[in-house]
Amino acid sequence: MLKFKRVTLFCGHYGSGKTNIAVNYAFWIKEAGFDVRVADMDIVNPYFRTKDSEKELSEKGIDLISPKYANSNVDLPALPQELYGLFQQKDKYAVLDIGGDDRGAYALGRFAPLILEENNFDCLFVANFFRPLTRTAQEAYEVMKEIEAAGGVPFTSIVNNSNLGEDTLPENVESTQGEALRLAELSALPLVMTTAKGSIAAQVNCDNVMPLTLQKKYY
Amino acid sequence: MSEKVLMKGNEAIAEAAIRAGCRHYFGYPITPQTELAAYMAKRMPKIGGCFLQAESEIAAINMVYGVAATGKRVMTSSSSPGVSLKQEGISYIAGSDLPALIVNVQRGGPGLGGIQPSQSDYFQATKGGGHGDYHLIVLTPASVQEMADLTGLAFELADKYRMPAMLLADGTMGQMMEPVELPETEPEFVDKPWALTGTGMKREHNIVNSLYLVPEELERTNLERFERYKLIEEKEARWESFMTEDADVCVVAFGIAARVSKNAVVEARKLGIKAGLIRPITVWPFPKKPIAEAAKTCKAFVSVELSMGQMIDDINLAIGCSRPVSLCSRVGGMIPSPEEVLESIKKAAGGNE
Repeated sequence: MLKFKRVTLFCGHYGSGKTNIAVNYAFWIKEAGFDVRVADMDIVNPYFRTKDSEKELSEKGIDLISPKYANSNVDLPALPQELYGLFQQKDKYAVLDIGGDDRGAYALGRFAPLILEENNFDCLFVANFFRPLTRTAQEAYEVMKEIEAAGGVPFTSIVNNSNLGEDTLPENVESTQGEALRLAELSALPLVMTTAKGSIAAQVNCDNVMPLTLQKKYY
Repeated sequence: MSEKVLMKGNEAIAEAAIRAGCRHYFGYPITPQTELAAYMAKRMPKIGGCFLQAESEIAAINMVYGVAATGKRVMTSSSSPGVSLKQEGISYIAGSDLPALIVNVQRGGPGLGGIQPSQSDYFQATKGGGHGDYHLIVLTPASVQEMADLTGLAFELADKYRMPAMLLADGTMGQMMEPVELPETEPEFVDKPWALTGTGMKREHNIVNSLYLVPEELERTNLERFERYKLIEEKEARWESFMTEDADVCVVAFGIAARVSKNAVVEARKLGIKAGLIRPITVWPFPKKPIAEAAKTCKAFVSVELSMGQMIDDINLAIGCSRPVSLCSRVGGMIPSPEEVLESIKKAAGGNE
């Protein structure tokens, strides 16, 4: 089973699946019996945000902190003041969904000193080796370094979330296992889990496979 | 590893353009198409191409004009307000008979509007957009795979007919992620004897220009250009027909609206309503033939759009107003739901009995 730190951050190349995993991860913390809040710290992505899962999160009693203008008609990369509460109120767990790439991780810089000072965090690098600019461990490793430099929080582990969206087959996920392990070797960090959509997770032959609930779309 | 990759629509256009031999990109960032420029910024320097973030959209389109005159494959991309800024340059490119690709990942308008998806630049894209008599070849992708496929096609058609082409997408198409198989074949280039490549002291110099001092000459150029447009209207209209053979209600929709409409058509069939869908893949040339053909057997049309009703005019023209055409639309960044489209289909089916 997963061991949760007080603060969990999800960073990675944009489109690697951070938001989906962050939402699921909060579900898992809640199911383990802890109070948890999710923070949308994405200042890059205009659509498909944590806010899309607001209903599912609130049904499970998970608070969502998201920018005032998320999913609205303005593109204003401002973070809400409530974010400070995540680091001041230490009796609740926090899951932070950080924007993609180094550009997204800059938003984290403001909070990095608080996270490092408390020193009770996991910072997970989410990798999808089906994304065209992170097809290999080496390419993903370069993105990792850029994000660390921008955000100021060192990674502690790796999640392999390789997928082709709705079309993902178990063998697709398995085919990326080699790259995921190479990335673990390059970065000297553990590969803590492989994630896959719930309908195929049981058939994926990898260690520590975690099933994901995906955001529903009607088009 | 698998040939398939998971891409955002915006990235798929960028990668497909590179594979089509485009080595020159000029643009200015705007949501919701920024990933296209970002992808070009990362990739172009690695393959000896040119990515340049211009000081404005107007500068970018004029850089496109310059490269297009040399015969090289070149593109720019933007979203609605940015594409409005480019219109003068697009008119010059059309007036100079140059091939180029312009991508519009539409957002809500008018004015600054909003960043959510829209299809309200249909008139601008299909009726010219800038000043003067001209057309663009306008392609409307409805999946991330088509974002890639139609990019290659747009470059080919632009070269073939010596005119600018446009990919008319919307915010959801640009932002959504789907698996894509990218073309592995080498692009085919046509000869461009008109291009400004240096005479080498071996031939007369070429002139690229949209200014004509003699009105008779400008008239002749316009007439010749419209002969070419006529040919394109005959040969290059593209569409997809879905369950139209026996349809009583024919839905017409492109891009994201077509995806929603397809679901609604399937639902309508379950209820015993004979619905079908014609999805234009080109909106200029508009697929008049299949729509006129459908009018012979169906009772009514529904135009599903993310606008106040623009394509609906072309449907009415295509069928000579011989059948009622109703509009199902959401605007301002909203998308019609399958339920809303189904409701319109039901009304259209019942209204004529």
